[in-house]
Amino acid sequence: MTDKATKAKKVLVIGSGPIVIGQAAEFDYAGTQACRALREEGIYSILVNSNPATIMTDEGIADAVYIEPLTVEVVERIIQKERPDGLLSTLGGQTGLNLAVEVANAGILDKYNVRVLGTPIDTIERAEDRDLFKKMLLEIGEPVLDSVVATTMEEARVALKEIGLPAVIRPAYTLGGSGGGHARTMEEFETVVTSGLAFSPVNQILVEHSVVGWKEIEYEVMRDGADTCITICNMENLDPMGVHTGDSIVVAPSQTLTDREYQMLRSASLKIIRELGIEGGCNVQLALAPAGTDLKGLPPYYVIEVNPRVSRSSALASKATGYPIARVAAKIAAGKRLDEITNKVTGKTTAAFEPALDYCVVKIPRWPFDKFALGDRVLGTQMKATGEVMAIDRNFEAALQKAVRSLEIGKKSLLWEDPAWKDKYPLGPHDMRLWALMAALRRGSTVEQLCDETKIDRWFMDKLQNIIDMEKELLANKLTPELMLKAKRLGFSDSQIGTLADSLTEQVRELRKQWNITPVYKTVDTCAAEFAAETPYFYSAYESENEAIPTDVKKAVTIGSGPIRIGQGIEFDYCSVHSAWALQRAGVESIMINSNPETVSTDFDTSDRLYFEALDEESVRDILENEALTDEPSDAPPSITQFGGQTAVNLAGPLSRNGLSLLGSSAEAIDLAEDRGRFEEVLSRLGIPQPPGAAITNVEDALNTAQLIGYPVIVRPSYVLGGRAMEIVHNATELVRYITTAVDLGSEHPVLVDKYLRGKEVEVDAICDGERVLIPGIMEHIERAGVHSGDSMAVYPALKLTMQEAEMIVDCTVRIGLELNVKGLMNIQYVIVPGEADSFESGSVYVLEVNPRSSRTVPFLSKVTGVPMVQVATNIMLGESLEKQGYETGLWKSQKLIAIKAPVFSMSKLAGVDTYLGPEMKSTGEVMGIDLTFKAALTKALIAAGLMLPQKGGILLSIADRDKAEALPMIKKLAAAGYKLYATEGTAAMIKSIGLPVIMISKILSGQRPNVVDVISDGTVNALVNTLTEGAVPLRDGIAIRRTAAEKRMPCFTSLDTARVAVEALTGTGQGYNVLTVAEYLGKA
Amino acid sequence: MSRKIYLVLEDGSAYPGHAFGAEGVGYGEVVFNTSMTGYQEMLTDPSYAGQVVVPTYPMIGNYGVNDIDYQSNRIQVSGFVVRQDCYQPSHWQSERTLHEYLKANGIPGIGGVDTRSITRHLRSVGVMMGIITEDEPDKAIAHLKTLPKYVDTDFVPRVSTDKVFEWDEGGKGTGPHIIVVDCGVKYSILRNLSKLGCRVTVVPATTPSADILKLDPDGILVSPGPGDPALNYLQDTVRDLVGKKPVMGICLGHQLLARAFGSRTFKLKFGHRGANHPVKDLATGRVYITAQNHGYAVDGDSLKGGLEVSQINLNDNTVEGMVHREYPILSIQYHSEASPGPLDTVDAFKRFLDMVKN
Repeated sequence: MTDKATKAKKVLVIGSGPIVIGQAAEFDYAGTQACRALREEGIYSILVNSNPATIMTDEGIADAVYIEPLTVEVVERIIQKERPDGLLSTLGGQTGLNLAVEVANAGILDKYNVRVLGTPIDTIERAEDRDLFKKMLLEIGEPVLDSVVATTMEEARVALKEIGLPAVIRPAYTLGGSGGGHARTMEEFETVVTSGLAFSPVNQILVEHSVVGWKEIEYEVMRDGADTCITICNMENLDPMGVHTGDSIVVAPSQTLTDREYQMLRSASLKIIRELGIEGGCNVQLALAPAGTDLKGLPPYYVIEVNPRVSRSSALASKATGYPIARVAAKIAAGKRLDEITNKVTGKTTAAFEPALDYCVVKIPRWPFDKFALGDRVLGTQMKATGEVMAIDRNFEAALQKAVRSLEIGKKSLLWEDPAWKDKYPLGPHDMRLWALMAALRRGSTVEQLCDETKIDRWFMDKLQNIIDMEKELLANKLTPELMLKAKRLGFSDSQIGTLADSLTEQVRELRKQWNITPVYKTVDTCAAEFAAETPYFYSAYESENEAIPTDVKKAVTIGSGPIRIGQGIEFDYCSVHSAWALQRAGVESIMINSNPETVSTDFDTSDRLYFEALDEESVRDILENEALTDEPSDAPPSITQFGGQTAVNLAGPLSRNGLSLLGSSAEAIDLAEDRGRFEEVLSRLGIPQPPGAAITNVEDALNTAQLIGYPVIVRPSYVLGGRAMEIVHNATELVRYITTAVDLGSEHPVLVDKYLRGKEVEVDAICDGERVLIPGIMEHIERAGVHSGDSMAVYPALKLTMQEAEMIVDCTVRIGLELNVKGLMNIQYVIVPGEADSFESGSVYVLEVNPRSSRTVPFLSKVTGVPMVQVATNIMLGESLEKQGYETGLWKSQKLIAIKAPVFSMSKLAGVDTYLGPEMKSTGEVMGIDLTFKAALTKALIAAGLMLPQKGGILLSIADRDKAEALPMIKKLAAAGYKLYATEGTAAMIKSIGLPVIMISKILSGQRPNVVDVISDGTVNALVNTLTEGAVPLRDGIAIRRTAAEKRMPCFTSLDTARVAVEALTGTGQGYNVLTVAEYLGKA
Repeated sequence: MSRKIYLVLEDGSAYPGHAFGAEGVGYGEVVFNTSMTGYQEMLTDPSYAGQVVVPTYPMIGNYGVNDIDYQSNRIQVSGFVVRQDCYQPSHWQSERTLHEYLKANGIPGIGGVDTRSITRHLRSVGVMMGIITEDEPDKAIAHLKTLPKYVDTDFVPRVSTDKVFEWDEGGKGTGPHIIVVDCGVKYSILRNLSKLGCRVTVVPATTPSADILKLDPDGILVSPGPGDPALNYLQDTVRDLVGKKPVMGICLGHQLLARAFGSRTFKLKFGHRGANHPVKDLATGRVYITAQNHGYAVDGDSLKGGLEVSQINLNDNTVEGMVHREYPILSIQYHSEASPGPLDTVDAFKRFLDMVKN
């Protein structure tokens, strides 16, 4: 392997595609590290990924970047064109791995003489194929759960006879455990087996003996070509076996294992990766008996699973230890040995060692149930979290509480209790279990009772009890310096202490500053301080020695965006990273604050200093004060709050109020845009129309406003991202329901009630410096207004705008940017209400929303226009005007390419969640289709988003009355393309009336069979178009139809606009599409 | 709230904390260990005699103290310094808390200390004497000055067995007869030999070579132990044995082997103590993660009499293993018996046995 002559010179790296549940930003982090590592080795890197919102797809990370769908065809065409001699498949998550296996099995690698670097394909197959894996474990004498592989329901039933209930069903080759689950009853068993078989791309499941309640332990291990094996980190799940590790609260390192147990599991993990022949990183999951060998006849542990690749856990382990797993894995793949790779943290030692931690790390998943009130919140073997937070401290209690603060779930500290619980605390696994446990302890349950019920190790429960004890101490006693320090050391925030000690948060802060109780910052250094660390990667602790000594140079702080959640995804991490880089390029020391371990921004070499901390006012102010050379707030470095999504924007006000300076748009400018009343004034002053509406704080005002402007109205709370709790309501009854149930009127921000305008939605991102306003591009949504912009397909450049409309948009944008005095980025959404039918007149332009910050579309637009938007904006904040940077006011020249951004959903993972598109955002990720023609770009966007219709087949149509006429041309096209049409009653009648053949399917689920659910389940149809009657509360049957489609992973269109373009792509002339690098599309290569 | 006490170092650095374990004073050379698990094994490792140990891992005592992981019959450290001592351990094998165990052994502990700060201090200025005491720092320093220094003390006789005995835990072996020269042996070394079927006899460190040979050994293991290897009586014993019988030296035993051939040893600035030390085998290129606990090392440039370096530490390139051009010796600086630590090199015992059998 180390023979230089056989080293690869040109390597293709496969990315992980869009962010979906189970596969988030961690693979951007991994892929970016990998590409850079390859470059360091002098290897030409070629990257393919369909996700534009990634750092790895940036110019300059890889040598050739393809933003193309992740399909065998695309990969073959890239290989044909680029002729790489190596393929790196283990850094792109399960998606990358599966695609590599497919490409290999199609004979493409052999055909073009491409070697798989790092872990070989047959190793991947032995690790991923349940049967082969089990065989291997038995051969090497590692304990493995009794299990039987099944490929049909019949086989599964036979298997169960052997295994017995309870059982676990695990589908092969899926990500995030999709489709699998726990079965305690025969009924549950049949349900889970059905979904498991459907989800596995090879229709294979494993029926396995259940060890629910055992300790769940993971080891992150690495092996190089010289057979050196090391473990980077082990982790222990607070939630015992039964909850997917991605949905578990995880600590690193393990806390309740003796050295004997630690080493037993470590040895087992190393033995397995040796036997498998892994070259690179790997994750081993094990179940440890909570009472050891006392469980007679059973081994003390079982090997549960191996991921022969860099994973979510390895990203967590990298951030938890400071050991860059992906970078090292890429170097190993390039032929290096561990002892030939430098440990970048110490700069002196090598990568061949095991990190020693001198702190405790806690990870808590971030679930999307704040947005999906109807989702099934029970946690099991199928992962449901969209993101996660990590916190570091010197003890578990503090790390846990800091992690809770990092979650950004409203003001829910551990003191929060759900009023609905009353005296019954739901202790089964669900997203709020931690809070339920705290509530139960607070109200008298004993540690023993709770351990018994939940099987959570007593050590963790005792720690929760410690927190409760401190709560009681704070309630009962007057604050003293000793008590304050003790509380801070257990991770209590100023606001929690305030609540308990009956003081205002700010008073607590004042008090502790008086008493000199402020955090110090310790370094994550991989070696527990044994060696001096060169990387400034810090966490706070209430200890004595501060290691983050402020430097006396020009510096600025970038506030990150926290955990990945629906509405605030990887796009904002992309912006944060670029902002840090731009600062560095301008010679300013960049300081990053973030709490998300899955990101590039929390890589220790992205910025000059990294603080891994919660993004709340207390943490950020503490850091800024630590970075100040004096006690004056004005001496603290300025903060940039416009790249970290709403998380960062929300901090602008508090920082500003406390005399801490901001770079870019002032808190005043932000307030001007976000405060409904003030913004209305601005627009009327400028003479720019806005849908009529008002900000209200009570039901009466809401009803009056709606009455005045006329229904339908769109309602939403102010100051939110991702359209949280946004709805279109059609009458007074719905409005009252919304106001009384969906929003918390007691909060300081009012609810906005606006006229809903049904028209073409257009979005722009602009960069302003106070003098000029640059608009890199205008994007046009395929779906009409009413579908959240994050869930819409967006086309660049806008193709269907009249010249006049485009001019109006540019004009409005420029004037708004100047009037608000935006310094940096701004995003505006417009709706164009069409003029009279059949007239060639342009429509009227209304402003829907202005956000004085970077938006979700910034990475997309930066890539397709070639304008490095974040860098330009950051330079402006540092005083470099657009003029000096060489940019004019107005619209940037349109590129000769078409790019379409398409949303990607994780609906199959979220049981109970209705999939129809509305004003509330539901997508978790995005893909881009880019090409020289609209149709080719569209085809690629649909393929990458999993929405491409098969060439022929059946399609089920259930179309709302209002849409029927509009749907006719599409239906005719489908019929002409040879599609077999199935339709529900009304729709079928319409189709019949125009003389097309159609099969009527009942949508009454209790009636005759086959009904709509049957034809979806049994594969009679391949796609579903289901539009909703606006305003109607979705019917149970409708939800059932859409859920079935989601679970079958079938394209389901709830907007006629999306369906229409999908049919258009299907029935195109079929001249195919290009496979080119982004630079080639931009005409730069 | 428990009593406020201090850890005071000889250079005057003082770290306030709270008392746990036994009351009273504990003093010795202050050293840190970076292993994240295995505090029970550390506490009972005789190589820590005369030392105050600071685990860098901040939460200690989580799984209590059990009956199976002792490495000797008592706590060997003279003081224990932790960030957070766990008074509610959780483990099915736990029999007592860390506090109870220290107390029963008369060893003081100090908790609530910024152990990372101590570690950073020691790694930059080197290990030094320190004292755990209730006294205010000034008084503590004065007291510390009156106490014997670690470097001037031979701790081996204090930890070695005072009479010959056969190791019979798990039954006596019928295989090769291995004599273990007990300079501070850990139970896990004896267990490893006995697991391989060896008949194991443990002799005091002061046993003359002739008496050892009289016991008719097939092989001799010179154990790890505390302190400076410049111990003439042991060097002489080892010199007499090499060449006559296969000899395995671990840690202090390894340093004694080097010295037996006239090579030099030296004191490391802050030692190697932890479970993550990478050792590279020069012949195979493979790297092993090893458990280490030593404050002295063999000077590789000084190797004499046919000794050669076979393994090195990747962190600082110090000697981790030696071979001899003629004689059957297996000499390793790290702890192949681990406990605590990784089991990567546990087959060193098997290799020694192969040497003995040939």
